[in-house]
Amino acid sequence: MAEILLKDVVKNYGKLEVVHGINLFIEHNEFVVLVGPSGCGKSTTLRMIAGLEDITGGEISIGGTVVNDFAPRKRDISMVFQNYALYPHMSVRENLGFGLKIAKQPKDVIEERVNEAAVILNIEDLMDRTPAELSGGQRQRVAMGRAIVRHPQVFLFDEPLSNLDAKLRVQMRTEIKRLHQKVKTTIVYVTHDQVEAMTMADRIVVMKDGHIEQVGSPLEVFERPVDTFVASFIGSPPMNLIPGEVVMRDGRLHVAFNADQSVPVPASLADKTTEGQKVIFGFRADDLMPDGHAVPIMGEASGLRLTVDIAEPLGTETLLFCQFAGVDIQAKMYNPRMVKPGEVMDFKCALDKTHLFDAASGKSLRG
Amino acid sequence: MSIVSVQPRRKSRRDWTPALLLSPAFLVLIFVVLVPLLFSLYTSFTNYRLIRPDSLYEWIGLRNYQRIFTDSKFWAAFGRTIIFLTLALNLEFIFGLGIALLINKITWGQRTLRTIMMFPMMFSPILVGYQFKFIFNDNIGLLNNALQSLGIGDGAIAWLVDKPLGMFTIIFAEVWMSTSVFAILLLAGLFAMPRDPLEAAKVDGCNSWQVFRHITLPFLMPFAFIAMTIRSLDVARAYDIVDVMTGGGPANRTELLWTMIARVGYDNSRMGQANAMAYVSILLSIAFTYYFFTKLIAARKYMGGAE
Repeated sequence: MAEILLKDVVKNYGKLEVVHGINLFIEHNEFVVLVGPSGCGKSTTLRMIAGLEDITGGEISIGGTVVNDFAPRKRDISMVFQNYALYPHMSVRENLGFGLKIAKQPKDVIEERVNEAAVILNIEDLMDRTPAELSGGQRQRVAMGRAIVRHPQVFLFDEPLSNLDAKLRVQMRTEIKRLHQKVKTTIVYVTHDQVEAMTMADRIVVMKDGHIEQVGSPLEVFERPVDTFVASFIGSPPMNLIPGEVVMRDGRLHVAFNADQSVPVPASLADKTTEGQKVIFGFRADDLMPDGHAVPIMGEASGLRLTVDIAEPLGTETLLFCQFAGVDIQAKMYNPRMVKPGEVMDFKCALDKTHLFDAASGKSLRG
Repeated sequence: MSIVSVQPRRKSRRDWTPALLLSPAFLVLIFVVLVPLLFSLYTSFTNYRLIRPDSLYEWIGLRNYQRIFTDSKFWAAFGRTIIFLTLALNLEFIFGLGIALLINKITWGQRTLRTIMMFPMMFSPILVGYQFKFIFNDNIGLLNNALQSLGIGDGAIAWLVDKPLGMFTIIFAEVWMSTSVFAILLLAGLFAMPRDPLEAAKVDGCNSWQVFRHITLPFLMPFAFIAMTIRSLDVARAYDIVDVMTGGGPANRTELLWTMIARVGYDNSRMGQANAMAYVSILLSIAFTYYFFTKLIAARKYMGGAE
């Protein structure tokens, strides 16, 4: 059993604290993705789990054992690095077998495991080449092979796909997910790409400035972001966020953006907010659709008339960039037709899927 | 019509231009390297003596080579030179590696130390020779004085005279002077070393020694071979330090190829025979250099896949 427990983990570089006491429990065989902008401490956290960075405060345990003072080699982990970190002077076969050789495994065991990994990753033809003779995707595969031959308790991935081109990245994403289904192991995966996080994770850990902002399944994080940071970081395009104030209009609470523009507060949020509160109104582009090009809206809808500045056709849908209450927002048009810039369209907003955040703290009012 | 008449002229001019531009370099090489080389090769087949210029034309075939190949003193010097090369290069490599690793560890004063480390290289080998001749002198030398004052040894140790110690002192001086060549090149290698494979090896189960043995050292070997190539040429022609410290003596105990060649050529004025020895010595140098160069090529083949 290889569950990982982080308890009040702190990391200082000199006087600078970069990870501020994070708590996280990762279950056995779970695929957890740490995601956040650069400098949020996600890689540092991963490297502390690996033992490549000292832990300044708190406790990390793997499989029930506190590993704070263990060297990396005593933690039964393996790691895939962003720059692959293959051993340049060894062939692919030697790269794969190196860890087992160091562990003094018998030759036939090494050969068997190396071949097994080669089959899983489809690199049997590359076994006698050196890393210099491989392409980026092949190197990445070898790096993953080197991680799996040792059958470790935990896999750590440090932005493994960020050096690959877009197409290969999508392909490797699927392969890593498939790998996880094949070799059941606990995986901690670090990335700054929210798409990778959404597509691969069992659970996403969103980090910012050395804190954990939110932990949850991809859909939880997407549908119920706890604050404006998570709301704008997860999902593409980012959530539209418009500052406003809660007012009473026509006997109902509205979010007013200025004198004449406002939307009703969705019924589900009516008792969570009070008149006069400064809020940020949030909704995803998917939930603002032009009339006649919308998917059926569940629950209440609110109408808006907007002028389209720019239209970005994506094939199955078109992204519409509009101005609303002085803020650039995006809407989505399904079954698209060509849209001319400057065209005025009537939009429907799916109110039940909108969010309200407190303007001061940025926290979601859904609670 | 004009095109047809112009083209061949332009073509022929173009053919000559590169040759013309290269000719100064070739002329210099011919007069500075090739002619002396051929001349000395020729003299090695003659009975040429400096004091009898007409002996330059006494063709004696392979007799010079026959004589040195059957001369046990020559083979002793030959063997001593190989031992000297092997010991000096290996010691310099080991010490240079140690110094480079230590300097790589520190974070403060690295540049200053790197400069200080190069001081021994700034002295003329002759002066280094005199300095160590004085240190190792059996009567007035610093070392014997220090040993006696500390009560470690009472008798005067004949450092420069004794059979194994004589060679030891020369190697000591050579190592003192040139270890920094290795240290600087290996330090450059350490600076260029990518960090990721080191971390990967740690995660892969290596302890510090294993990381060094399996990752750092193979990465440094091309740098070591560059240093070895340079130094093997240098050490194989060692003359100045030896001549100053022991003069190849006493009783040929520290005789190396070049001290022997200089004695035969200039003291005994048998230039023909000296040149024959010099050719053998050059072949030895080439053999060493070639060996390290092939090693270098082999080690470098694998580099460049780390990023």
